[in-house]
Amino acid sequence: MTSIEEEGLQLKELQTLTGHTDRVWGLAWNPVTGTAGHPSMLASCGGDKTVRIWQQQQQTPNSTSFHSLEVLEEIHTRTVRSCVWSPSGEKLATASFDATTAILEQNGNGFECVSTLEGHENEVKSVSWNASGSLLATCSRDKCVWIWEVLPGNEFDCVSVLQGHTQDVKMVQWHPTVDVLFSCSYDNTIKVWAEDGDSDDWRCVQTLNESNCGHSSTVWAISFNATGEKMVTCSDDLTIKVWGVDIARLQSGDTNASWEGIIATGAADDAICLFIESEDHSVDGPKYKLLLKKEKAHDMDINAVRWSPTENRLLASASDDGTIKIWKLDSIA
Amino acid sequence: MSPALINANPVVYEKKERPVRTRPGDAAFDEYATELIDQLEFDCICIWFVLFLMFLHHIRDIKDPEHPYSLEELKVITEDAVEVDDKRSYVRVTFTPTVEHCSMATIIGLCLRVKLMRSLPSRFKVDIKVAPGTHATEDAVNKQLNDKERVAAALENPNLVDMVDECLTPSFE
Repeated sequence: MTSIEEEGLQLKELQTLTGHTDRVWGLAWNPVTGTAGHPSMLASCGGDKTVRIWQQQQQTPNSTSFHSLEVLEEIHTRTVRSCVWSPSGEKLATASFDATTAILEQNGNGFECVSTLEGHENEVKSVSWNASGSLLATCSRDKCVWIWEVLPGNEFDCVSVLQGHTQDVKMVQWHPTVDVLFSCSYDNTIKVWAEDGDSDDWRCVQTLNESNCGHSSTVWAISFNATGEKMVTCSDDLTIKVWGVDIARLQSGDTNASWEGIIATGAADDAICLFIESEDHSVDGPKYKLLLKKEKAHDMDINAVRWSPTENRLLASASDDGTIKIWKLDSIA
Repeated sequence: MSPALINANPVVYEKKERPVRTRPGDAAFDEYATELIDQLEFDCICIWFVLFLMFLHHIRDIKDPEHPYSLEELKVITEDAVEVDDKRSYVRVTFTPTVEHCSMATIIGLCLRVKLMRSLPSRFKVDIKVAPGTHATEDAVNKQLNDKERVAAALENPNLVDMVDECLTPSFE
C-alpha cells in the first residue's frame, strides 16, 4: 500500500519555464541527474523544431530554479515530437516529423547530434530505449515500428521493421525490466512485440483491442510502474486503462524505495489528474481513484506529464501554450 | 454568443463544390482527388494536382445557369451547425459535404479548423464533424480532423497550407 495521506494534498506550482515559441510536445527528465549532487536536467521538444535542455540551479520548498542550459535549433527541420534520455543519461534521442530520429550527446561544448536514424517514410512519433540501453525503438505514421541495435561509436543498426499496426503508431515503450516492446496506435490497439527465442525474429505476440478490453479510439500513450507489473494506457476514448503485466522474471536491482505508484495524466481539458490505487479492492481486482485534479494547470492542452525519477513527487508538464511547468505534490500547509 | 460565429465564407464551399458537381470532365478530377484524398492521409499532394485545382479556381466563376447554388441551397454550413459554449470555451462545427463521397471533405474540414484557429482565442477547444449520415466514411474523416497531431503534421506540408490559404482567401464577385 502507498504511504500517501488521504487528505490534504495539493499540486504546488514551483516554476513555469518559458522559451518555446510553439507548443511543447514532449519532456524527459535525465535519469541520472537530480541526485547525489547533480542538478536535475530536463529535456523538452516541440513545434518550434527545437530541443531545449533545462538545468536546475537550486531547489527550495516553494520554488525551483531551472534555467535554459541550451537551445538546439539545427537538429530537425520539422516539429520535434518526443525526446527521451538513454538509461545512462549520456544520450538523448529525439523523434521528429521530418522522418528522422536524432541521437544527441553532451560534450565539452554542449549538445551535438552524433547520429541520425533514417528509414521511416514519414513523421516519427516516438522513440524509446530499452532498460539496458542496448536497443532503441521508433514508430511512425508509416504504421511501422523499427528496432535498432545500439553499437559502439554511435552506430545504430536496424534489426527489425515491425509491421502489424494498420494505422499511425503513436508511441513505443520498452518494458522496464525485460526486452519486450509495446506500441499503441491510431488503429485503437496496443501491440506487444518480443523476440522469438529460436530465430531472433521480432514478432507481435499479443494485440490488445476492443475485443479484449482494449480502447475504442486512438491510444496515445503507454507507461509502466517501476517493476513493470502494471501498465497504464490512455486514449482518445477518454479512458485511462490499467493493465496487469504477466512478466515472470523480474530483474532485481535498484527500485526507488519511495516509489508510490501515482499515475499522473494531462489532457485536452487543460487539467492534471493524479490517480492512485484504492484501498478497497473489489473481487475483480484493484481499483483506482482520483487523488486530485488540478484544473487549468495550463492555458491550453497538456501534451506530456513526467515524474522526476530521482526527486520525490516532482512533476513536469508540457503544453500547447508553449510552457513547461514544474510541480511539487505536497501537503496543504 | 450568437451561433453564427462563423461567417462561413460561402465562396470556399461553392468554389470546391460546384466544379466537382457540375463540370463535365470533372470525372478525372474526382477520380484523382478520390484516389489521393480518400487514402485518408494528409500526404503530400502533387504539384500538378494543385495546379489543376488552381485552374478550376479560374473557371469556377463562370456561372452555370442550370445550377444556381447558394450556401443555403448547398447547405454545407447552416446556423444550427455551429455550437458555441463560451463559458466552457467550446465550439463544435458540423458541416455537410454536398456529395456523399465528397473527396474534399477532409480539406474542407481542415480549412474550417485553420479558419477557427486563426479567428478564435486560444482558450477554445474545437471539434469539427461531418454531419451524421452525409458522408460514406464520416467516422474516418472525423477521426482525422480531430487528431491534433495529424492536423499539426498536415499543416507543416507547404502544399497543403497553400491550398488551405487559397481556400480561405476571400474573393469578390
